[in-house]
Amino acid sequence: MSDMLLSVDHFTKRFGGVTAVNDCSFSVEKGSITALIGPNGSGKTTLFNMITGYLAADSGSITFNGETITRPRPADLYRKGLSRTFQQARIFPELTVIENLVVAAGYTWKGLFGRRVSLDDEIRAQKMLHEFRLESLAHLPSGELSYGQRKLLEFAAVLMSEPSLVLLDEPTAGVNPVMIDTMERHIRERNAAGVTFLIVEHDMQLVMRLCNPVVVLDQGAPIAFGAPATIQTDPLVLEAYLGS
Amino acid sequence: MKALLARIGVVRAVVFFGVLIVIPLVTGQIGWVTNTLIFTIMYAALASSWNLVGGYAGYPSLGHAAFFGLGAYSIAIIFNGSVYGGYLPFVVLPLVAIGAALISLPIGWVAMRTRADVFAIVTITVLFIAQTLAFNFNTVTGGAQGKSVAPAPFDVSTYNWPFYYVMLALLAVAMGISLYFRKTKIGLSLATVRADEEKAHGVGVRVTAVKLIAFAVSCGLVAMVGGVWAYYVGFVYPQFAVDPLITIGMVLMTFLGGRGTLWGPVLGAFILVPAQEFFAFTFGASELYLFAYAAVFLVIMLFLPRGILPSISDRLRKKRAAANGILRDASDAASAVSAQPAAHQTGVTR
Repeated sequence: MSDMLLSVDHFTKRFGGVTAVNDCSFSVEKGSITALIGPNGSGKTTLFNMITGYLAADSGSITFNGETITRPRPADLYRKGLSRTFQQARIFPELTVIENLVVAAGYTWKGLFGRRVSLDDEIRAQKMLHEFRLESLAHLPSGELSYGQRKLLEFAAVLMSEPSLVLLDEPTAGVNPVMIDTMERHIRERNAAGVTFLIVEHDMQLVMRLCNPVVVLDQGAPIAFGAPATIQTDPLVLEAYLGS
Repeated sequence: MKALLARIGVVRAVVFFGVLIVIPLVTGQIGWVTNTLIFTIMYAALASSWNLVGGYAGYPSLGHAAFFGLGAYSIAIIFNGSVYGGYLPFVVLPLVAIGAALISLPIGWVAMRTRADVFAIVTITVLFIAQTLAFNFNTVTGGAQGKSVAPAPFDVSTYNWPFYYVMLALLAVAMGISLYFRKTKIGLSLATVRADEEKAHGVGVRVTAVKLIAFAVSCGLVAMVGGVWAYYVGFVYPQFAVDPLITIGMVLMTFLGGRGTLWGPVLGAFILVPAQEFFAFTFGASELYLFAYAAVFLVIMLFLPRGILPSISDRLRKKRAAANGILRDASDAASAVSAQPAAHQTGVTR
């Protein structure tokens, strides 16, 4: 199990009488681009929120980088190298593009009392902006960005802290085809540089060409796990998506 | 451009404080001028302090008058018998600030677990608890009889001056801290808290720490202002020292001038306090002046809903953008641009 970067162990979450996540366990291998798919309401986003500490699990724990954590907290996990994006591209609209990156880069206690954007910060952020080809927007309030650009910015921002694992919640939902290609390219580049990804995605073509392995979730628990090609023919998966 | 803006800021501050420093020297014998200005500057300092929490962090505290009262009672209780030459009450203000800040920490820690309207209600509860304590904790506060500060032995012709200049100094300190917040990662972190606290957690911002820093600093400043006020008016009664109107004053002025800006709270105070004095003078002792006061506020909010400064700078920016011919409808056309670096330089400048 040493090559597993993240393990989810027996996560359960109930909302009233509905069990959204039901004794769910799976692992994400170091260096992989793992997809988490499933029909609407299968618990993908709930699971994301539980892994990143936004939602307290009723039971279960995660193991990240060899450390077992029963009550994950978003800020702690982020500093440990597990970061995430949100479905709706959450950025800080009043801050400039560069400030969005700088604040996500992390700082020490001493840094808190230091300059808002130091020269060092600026250099680091510009490097990231260059990678994402957003240089020309650097000093624009990020609220003026288009939806696709916001998704790119949010992605770039969570990379600022050099995470080892990035959870992407529908990175290509609601953006144009050119932007989907751009997003895919950045994921591949970063993955080649050693970043592990766990991605919730509805664009099956993208999942099939980008991700391996694929975890299929139905009614809050994994029903299939494996290479995209095997998943596609799995009768359980077909039943979950199409009904029996 | 940046350097130029910084220079304009310095010039603005020098002129503002320069004029305020000179005014008593010029109008020395006209007591009402310095008297009105003391209260105006007091509210400017209070609003600037409130802005650290209510503006920068986006936590609309309604309990700040409790700390105003805390500062006022501290000075009144310590200097009940004698003011030792007259300047000692000013000298101990930093200690009052530290004490108030320490007391505010546990309160802030609990209150800031709630947000928005719930936070407002929790903090206003703090205010009423403080007022009830002031009324009933007779042995310390003197109850409804209040506490008096020993009279200051200042020369009659310039009696107001020490209070005036200390109040002005407190305004400078509050604005200095406000500026410091803006220039450091404290301000950057607070801006993320205000915009989206959940997301701020998700990118590793030390949310609780920066919220508490803002709250404690803000309460400490307000306590110092309360201390000077107590010394100036000489008597501290529960209904005036821990007064919801003081809280409302801070909030209204900050909203009016512009939340989360450096000059907005000051501008708000310099409009509302003189307006209030003028209307009170015109309409006499009746409470009618409150209508006029409210009317000023409503009219400005109707036309500049985000407060004066943000609304104006918004308009200026839009005008400038229109002049540069980049009224972008910022949709997919713009997102396609980022995929094609060649088409990048199409005038997206500020």
